[in-house]
Amino acid sequence: METLLNITIYLPLLGIPLILLSKNENMKKWSALLVTSATFLISLPLMFNFDVVNSGAAQYLTEGGRISSTLDIKYLVGLDGLSLLLFMLTTFMGPIVIISSWNSVGKHLSGYLAMLLLLQTASLGVFASLDLLVFYVFFELSLIPMYFLIGIWGGSDRIRATLKFFIYTLVGSLIMLVGLIYVGYDAGSVMSGVNFTLDWRFLSSDIYQIGLVEQTYLFLAFALAFCIKVPLFPFHTWLPYAHTEAPTAGSVVLAAIMLKMGTYGLIRVCLPLFPNAFMEFAPYMATLAVIGIIYGALVAMVQKDVKKLVAYSSVSHLGFVVLGIFALNTVAVQGAIIQMVNHGLSTGALFLIVGMIYDRRHTRMIKDFGGIAKRMPIFTVMFMIATLASIGLPGLNGFVGEFLILNGSFFSELYDNKVFAILAASGVILAAVYMLWMFQRVMFGPLENEENKKLVDLNAREIGLLVPLVIFMFWIGIHPVNFTKYSENQVTELIITSKEKSLAVLETSKTEDLPEWANSFYGVDEETESESLMVSTN
Amino acid sequence: MDYLGDLQAFLPGIITAVAGLAVITIEALKSGHKSAHWVTSFSLIVALFFGIQSLGTPLQEAFSGMLVHGGIAAFGNVIILLGTLFCVFLSNDYLEGIDHNYNEVYGMILFATSGMICLAGANDLISLFLGLETMSICLYVMAGLIKNEKQGAEGALKYFLLGAFSTGFLLYGAALLYGATGTTSIPGIGAAASSDLLFLAGAALLLIGFLFKVSAVPFHMWTPDVYQATPTTLTAYMATASKAATFMAMILVLSRALPSVEGLDWQAVLSVVAIITMIFGNIIALVQDNIKRMLAYSSIAHAGYALVGLSAATQEGYSAVAFYLFAYTIMNVGAFGVVAYYERNKGLDFSDVNNLAGLGFKKPMMGVMMSLFLFSLAGIPPFVGFVGKYYVFAAAINANMVPLAIVGVLASAASVYYYLRVMVYLYFREAHKETEMIDASFLYKGALVILAVLTVYYGIEPILPFGGLMELITGF
Repeated sequence: METLLNITIYLPLLGIPLILLSKNENMKKWSALLVTSATFLISLPLMFNFDVVNSGAAQYLTEGGRISSTLDIKYLVGLDGLSLLLFMLTTFMGPIVIISSWNSVGKHLSGYLAMLLLLQTASLGVFASLDLLVFYVFFELSLIPMYFLIGIWGGSDRIRATLKFFIYTLVGSLIMLVGLIYVGYDAGSVMSGVNFTLDWRFLSSDIYQIGLVEQTYLFLAFALAFCIKVPLFPFHTWLPYAHTEAPTAGSVVLAAIMLKMGTYGLIRVCLPLFPNAFMEFAPYMATLAVIGIIYGALVAMVQKDVKKLVAYSSVSHLGFVVLGIFALNTVAVQGAIIQMVNHGLSTGALFLIVGMIYDRRHTRMIKDFGGIAKRMPIFTVMFMIATLASIGLPGLNGFVGEFLILNGSFFSELYDNKVFAILAASGVILAAVYMLWMFQRVMFGPLENEENKKLVDLNAREIGLLVPLVIFMFWIGIHPVNFTKYSENQVTELIITSKEKSLAVLETSKTEDLPEWANSFYGVDEETESESLMVSTN
Repeated sequence: MDYLGDLQAFLPGIITAVAGLAVITIEALKSGHKSAHWVTSFSLIVALFFGIQSLGTPLQEAFSGMLVHGGIAAFGNVIILLGTLFCVFLSNDYLEGIDHNYNEVYGMILFATSGMICLAGANDLISLFLGLETMSICLYVMAGLIKNEKQGAEGALKYFLLGAFSTGFLLYGAALLYGATGTTSIPGIGAAASSDLLFLAGAALLLIGFLFKVSAVPFHMWTPDVYQATPTTLTAYMATASKAATFMAMILVLSRALPSVEGLDWQAVLSVVAIITMIFGNIIALVQDNIKRMLAYSSIAHAGYALVGLSAATQEGYSAVAFYLFAYTIMNVGAFGVVAYYERNKGLDFSDVNNLAGLGFKKPMMGVMMSLFLFSLAGIPPFVGFVGKYYVFAAAINANMVPLAIVGVLASAASVYYYLRVMVYLYFREAHKETEMIDASFLYKGALVILAVLTVYYGIEPILPFGGLMELITGF
């Protein structure tokens, strides 16, 4: 099984020479499809054999040798409850993305497919790596193919969009790198026999504790990197640009997989490493998340371009995920994790649908459409399902995630304020407004534009790539337990250990001489607060 | 006296010096004979072989304490010889293309390399000066190779005058140190270090001399002009091998001759210089349209990153700098090599970045390799440049210099823009005129491919099960 995991990660990369060596365009496309489908099939046993009860422990571990006797930098990959679903989502999206760009790549096909495959390996690596330095390497590596995907195959303003995307995300992650190195040496001084380690299993354990002052700075450094990636308001400005300029496949991967690296990092790294800062900053992060939910929805409402509308809806949806993560109870965090998958499916589908209509009409402006439901019945059904899933209609996947998140944050003792959940709930209503209004203007009404009268409905290829997404939208919506079970135990454990760890850090801080702001911010002297944290973890 | 052992210790330097004489002789007997290039390449390969063999041996003195060999000095030799070898591989085609393929160039390269090896293994201020001057004088000649153009003469003269000036500083510093301690031996100076004014002034002047040579701000003025004027493959040689040699000498001097004495806080001085060098180099590079000047400013910035490692003043910091120089040499020679490849096409002014438009797809291999080198220079994983930067910043953080590391990463974030800009032209813009590209020889392309492979390999080597280059950088 360990080998299987490694094969899954590197198979797309190894497939690149196959594409470069293929003679004609068709062979290239088929070999890319073959490689990604094989990757998906190979990854399936990883899910079936996953030990759900022990989801807290990393499984299928591959551990490489240390770089030197004192530096514990090593290759370390494995899957656990936090990463499994996102890992599977990535392999699942692989073939879909390839099929979606079957006829729409105008130039340099080999390069395009090679970049998609490289991106696939990088994304899988991000979710599977358990050494934070390896995580960082994959995290950064994923920027390179996306940079070229937007820059070469993107729209008219692609150069500005791709530079903005690249530099924005890079600034965040470079500051995180400083934080990582600091943590590495700090943890190394605790671990016996080495002076540097970034092994997540050690960092997240209760042996390793970081002082309150350091936690504050480190949390800010890491959270900045992840929040830019998510993107959380007010760091979202690169996203609408990148999304609108990117080719369809680029948008799909960006929305479905790359944005999740940010939210995933918040749970994977920020929570277990800096629990005190995580909890104290939670209300502030939740405030930003709620602003993002409402702001994203309001801006989406006034968009004239369908793709931009979907892009802004991502800002809104990921606000929910962040809200759920920082609520820090099992219900909300579980909701956040399933919502990451949901957003990948529904927004991925929406971007695919926008791409299909763009391929036909070469425009994405709402005003250019109207009444096309009459011409394209199958398209209408697919579009409707994806729209409703994105809004969060009960019975479809979006509802499950949003309900759990809102429910969890309503009772979250970290927020200790129901306003967050109430305001966030208005985001669901706003989502209905902007999505349905857009849907109505595009699909219904009189069919006036001459060009629209010539539209043809979806072909077998297009139906084939949307159907798997739709199946999962229903499946998660109707029987979410099949998916949430993977992360449940780990999330519960992680929350308990993080809370215990934060109490232990507070306990040790009492004996230390901390600066005044740290004492008051973390409430070191207040007995009551730390005890109230003990009470309920669910 | 163990003469044979001494000679063996300096074997790479001797091989290159003798080969230099041979090349000059060939040229004197048969002007323009092709064998000179092969003699040069072969001798460098042999010297590199001996250099690699002595990796990992402990640091030992030779020639009655004038030189050291093994340990960190051996690693320095490997970097220098590697950089030189690849520059020589690239030079033949390129110099042929611009009609300046004189055999004397190879002679000069070999003599300069011999000087660098002496410099990077200096254990005495006398041998340090000897190596530095041998290297510098040969480089002055190379800078003026294109003598018929105004730029060439200007660059060479500027280099010579400022170089001589900085050597004056260095020599004056050495004299003062001798006056203060009564010895020119580097460990001897370290043992007799004191806080008196003479010693401090000597140390300061010596540092200024070094900072001139590695083109740290504010002693960088000569760099862009000289790099622009020099034929590109020789620029690569100047920017990598000579910088590596000077940094290796700095490591030996700082770690052994200048212990922390009261009043001598060179760590603080170097960290300030590192900060302004990184910021200045990167910001000026942002607005360069000439790709060679851009690479010149980028090389100034890279000197800043190396200085970050030096100012940590720990074993870890010194080995980080050594690794950084290795990384820098590989990727920079590669980047200059691709630029030279484009530049060989006569009638096209590839010094303007606009003229690179669309070339990435025209020559796919070259475009991919250029992207690799540029991403690596920008410090993006999984390339060797990232590993190098990682080590120097890690050393700084471990030495409690977190603000320095933060300035470093922010400066390197800014640098990403101008590296990406080259790729924007190579790939994202359409070619605006039809150009017929001249293809290069197998040797030329092979050399670039090897450099690209090294760039990727040493980028992932730390997490490979059989890695361990860092283990070889020991022995101070």
